[in-house]
Amino acid sequence: MNLFDYVRPASLSEAIAAGSKPGAAYLAGGTNLLDLMKAGVAHPGKVVDITRLPGLDRIETLSDGSTRIGAMVRNSDLARDPSFAASFPAVAEALLSGASAQLRNAATVGGNLMQRTRCPYFYDPNSACNRRESGAGCDAIGGETHSHAVLGWTETCIATHPSDFCVPLAALDAVVEMEGPDGTRDVPLADFHMLPDETSPGGADLKPGEIITALRLPAEAAAFAGNSRYLKLRERTSYAFALVSAAAMLRMDGDTIAEAHIALGAVAAKPWRASAAEELLNGATPDAETFARAAEAALDGARPSGDNAHKIDLAKRVLTRALTQAAAGTPDRMPALPASVFASVNGASAHA
Amino acid sequence: MPDTILMPAGHVRLGSNAGQPMTRRDGIAKVTGAATYAADNRPDRLLYAVYASAGIARGRVAKLDVDTARAHPGVVEVYTPENRPALEQDPDEKFHMFAWRTEALQNDSVRYANQPVALVVAETLEAATEGARLLSPEYEEQPARIGFDNGEIYEPGSTGIGGAVTFSKGDIEAGRKAAVRTTETHIDTPLQYHNAMEPHAAVAEWDGDLLTLDCPNQALVMARDMFAKYFGIPGENITLRSPYLGGGFGSKAIPIGPYILAILAARELDRPVKIALRRDQMFGPVGHRGGTRQVVKLGTNADGQLTALEHNATSTTSSFDEFIEGAGNASHNLYASPAISTAHKGVRMDTGTPGPMRAPGEASGSAALECAMDEAAEAAGLDPLEFRLRNYSETDPASGKPFSSKALRECYAEGAKRFGWATRPLEPGTMRDENGHLVGWGVGTSLFPAPMFQALATATLRADGTATVATGGVDMGQGAWTALAQIAADGLGLPAERVEFLAGTSLQPDGGVAGGSGHTATAGGALFAAGSDAIRQLAELATNDPDSPLFGAGNAGVEARDGRLCAADDDSRSEAYEDILARAGLTALEGSGTGGRDPSIGEQWAMFSHGAVFAEVKVDPELYQIRVTRLVGAFAAGRIINPKLAQSQLTGGMIWGLSSALHEEGIHDLRSGRLVNGDFAGYHIPVNADAPSVEALLIDEEDPYVNTLGVKGVGELGITGTVGAIANAVWHATGTRVRSFPIHISALLK
Ligand SMILES: Cc1cc2nc3c(=O)[nH]c(=O)nc-3n(C[C@H](O)[C@H](O)[C@H](O)COP(=O)(O)OP(=O)(O)OC[C@H]3O[C@@H](n4cnc5c(N)ncnc54)[C@H](O)[C@@H]3O)c2cc1C
Ligand code: SF4
Repeated sequence: MNLFDYVRPASLSEAIAAGSKPGAAYLAGGTNLLDLMKAGVAHPGKVVDITRLPGLDRIETLSDGSTRIGAMVRNSDLARDPSFAASFPAVAEALLSGASAQLRNAATVGGNLMQRTRCPYFYDPNSACNRRESGAGCDAIGGETHSHAVLGWTETCIATHPSDFCVPLAALDAVVEMEGPDGTRDVPLADFHMLPDETSPGGADLKPGEIITALRLPAEAAAFAGNSRYLKLRERTSYAFALVSAAAMLRMDGDTIAEAHIALGAVAAKPWRASAAEELLNGATPDAETFARAAEAALDGARPSGDNAHKIDLAKRVLTRALTQAAAGTPDRMPALPASVFASVNGASAHA
Repeated sequence: MPDTILMPAGHVRLGSNAGQPMTRRDGIAKVTGAATYAADNRPDRLLYAVYASAGIARGRVAKLDVDTARAHPGVVEVYTPENRPALEQDPDEKFHMFAWRTEALQNDSVRYANQPVALVVAETLEAATEGARLLSPEYEEQPARIGFDNGEIYEPGSTGIGGAVTFSKGDIEAGRKAAVRTTETHIDTPLQYHNAMEPHAAVAEWDGDLLTLDCPNQALVMARDMFAKYFGIPGENITLRSPYLGGGFGSKAIPIGPYILAILAARELDRPVKIALRRDQMFGPVGHRGGTRQVVKLGTNADGQLTALEHNATSTTSSFDEFIEGAGNASHNLYASPAISTAHKGVRMDTGTPGPMRAPGEASGSAALECAMDEAAEAAGLDPLEFRLRNYSETDPASGKPFSSKALRECYAEGAKRFGWATRPLEPGTMRDENGHLVGWGVGTSLFPAPMFQALATATLRADGTATVATGGVDMGQGAWTALAQIAADGLGLPAERVEFLAGTSLQPDGGVAGGSGHTATAGGALFAAGSDAIRQLAELATNDPDSPLFGAGNAGVEARDGRLCAADDDSRSEAYEDILARAGLTALEGSGTGGRDPSIGEQWAMFSHGAVFAEVKVDPELYQIRVTRLVGAFAAGRIINPKLAQSQLTGGMIWGLSSALHEEGIHDLRSGRLVNGDFAGYHIPVNADAPSVEALLIDEEDPYVNTLGVKGVGELGITGTVGAIANAVWHATGTRVRSFPIHISALLK
């Protein structure tokens, strides 16, 4: 990798000052940034280590009842925080289904939001990629597209956002807090990752020098705790990115669904909030037929971006299942294989 | 090798140490980090070498920005085809049966993506890495030929290393006509990359024309001599040290371009040089398993017996060299059929040259054969195990020779019992678990040859009753440090603690190749012979010495046990080694031995390890994610020297099979010819959650013919049978026969 300066600022303002310089990059857990540097995809001239900044590693409840998670909270610490996991079980489940234990111990909340796509052409400096170099073209089109988008893509970029964590967050109306040279700013997570259009490949809504300081979950989000699931289909039982995934959260009113929140993962350049499907479910009774209709609505307008039409079908099936599981109620304990189709019933041995 | 020393009967026997489940002797060193792997060596004044990898699959390097790379702080030298110092051996010449053409900057051509195109040497790893990037190669690119449909199909010269391309026995036409049913099974297997946990690495240090090379290697003396060729020095000038390997799997036996370049740089710069491949560089110049496209046609009669077995394979190789995955050969020695025909073709692609990868040929071939057998069983309306039993071969189907031993029937029986096979319904898609998942059970037969190579060993018995044995054997993680020491101790009639075991460098007697599942038999045979040679001399001393209680006991009448020689017929007459040596005035006694096989044995017997693998899979009925919830294998492989290590080899092999069935594949972009998943995030191998229950049963098998130790091999056996068993279980769960490995969710989607 290239020669770079390493700085470890003591305060947020120092960090922002350092990070606003051209060619600077913030270093959190490093599980994505360092890989990109080794692959020659990222070559920052200055690496600004923000892991020791004071005050960014707390999980707190604010006076309005919302939950605020510091950007430096490690993925595993958040997932294992008892009160967080009790209020937002699908978020905890999504976190625990991501990567491996070692990676989750290092990865941070901010880094997870900011992680780059796993499009293999993005990682290969010998391929043309609009995300790496605007206007260069997109070698993924016509290539290996099993991880690519079926929703919201354009010819500019067909990549997906790979995060599990972000999927239930999008469904729960999480808000991203940022601070930069021009002050602070809040953006709903569902808008934070931008889709590609005819000219831009999309990406995160983060201006140069801005740092994600925290993530906020509104007080209302905890109302879904009793019926929340995240389901992640993958080609390996653990330690694999999602082929497709779904977060399904229901606020029940007796036998009817008072309010449904749904998002899909690995289908688009952002966690895909399925509003049409939510509307269809609001006030409906939770049955197979309703769920199937909701799944159809969620994938409305989906089209393959390559050899990945099967993802459309699978996404419907995954969402239907996630809804069914959510309707059945959040399990008392985290399943042995979180978010897995093989998540066994509570108390069962994880080993056959 | 007619001069092979067969074991002198009577003095020593296997069984005191051998056969015990001794814990790996290097285990603590490995888990505490005390074990030094090649790249852990840091001699003074060390330089670091990193090569630039080709970013195209075919063409030539038109430009390298050498000036910028050289100007990078810390960079010491940049080697390109223009300034690469001369080698004494052309890397494009196949000067040895195990020599593959390799890239050592002999010219500017690019024959596959990730090929080395320049070497940067620097004071730090970081500087060398960045220097290599700064070379920013520009290319004249030609269209890449990747994939079965894009490469040139040709008639290969051999399969594997010197194996036959075609084989036929009996009258296939007649066999087909005699069949009441025929099935035709098409199976594709992908390119696979060895990816040992320890990437290839070397530290080279010259002293005049003497070279010390720390480098993980599976065939020390052979490789040493091959390295020597490149530098025009005698093999003895090189000390190749390889005490520990973090896995080899066939990819670490021969010199490769990057090593040769690092050694060359060390000589030119007169400083030690280290090279360690990055994970992404493991997908290119260090070999891989070629892909195969196979067709198996089976004819069966009304009794469910094969009348014809045809197995044809097209295997991928590079554009410039040949290694053909001999998949069809897996059908030669397993199932009885009056007519067998196998044939191979090659397809040339712009990849590196494939090489032997754990069970080369057998792994891919067994996958197709076992799927085909399952399909034929289904067509015949028979239980797949019953179908295999009806086609059990009492003699080798290919040669008609008797088997030196074959406890496969017992493997089937014990494995089936342990697994609970008897209650398996014939129809697919009929079993569900408590969570509603589809459950399927499948079986496959394991088969692997029991070859032997050549090895030498020495044994030194000392006056204090301890001993040192030596052979340039290699522990790739399989446990040779332990199993070979157990054999050596038995050869000397000593407890293992009293025997110092030396291995892992080319300074020791040639320990042969750790490959082909023949290392324990071969190097073990040499060690045992060396020990018994020392004991023979000791017995001679004692029985000829009037002061010994063993005087006159006669050679054949003396046994070595626990550091004492005892009269075979009279336990009260015995003497400690120390006493015999002391009286003879000797400080030490040297024995030597050879391991190998008399060719006449191969002419008389067909020699194979066998096994039966039973798999349970669960499949989500709507989402089609697959999990192998149970694997039970029962294996017969002659005498088991260390059951604990053998089981770990076999379960490891089964997990490797699981990997082939569901996970592993090198995926290329068909346009650029570059790999799109050249890292462990993309190149899937199983994780613990994928293999919750894997069991290997060891079935007793005495083999008086295979070699003096009665040892076959267990290193590769577990892969064979497993791939097919899992695919067959997937069919049994879902009713879908998948034609292409690994099995993906999308292939099951209905
Ligand atoms: C092998 C592998 C498997 C994985 N599997 C999964 C998976 O299954 N599911 C999944 O969801 N993820 C997976 N991941 C991705 C993993 O979750 C991310 O790498 C991780 O979350 C990134 O967090 P980090 O703190 O290490 O970020 P870093 O690597 O430190 O940073 C990533 C990016 O975010 C920027 N950044 C970091 N923090 C901030 C901040 N506070 N403000 C502004 N910018 C910031 C950095 O500058 C950088 O550009 C996997 C990763 C690997 C390597
Ligand atoms: S899909 Fe997007 S990330 Fe991938 S190559 Fe195209 S532009 Fe780059």
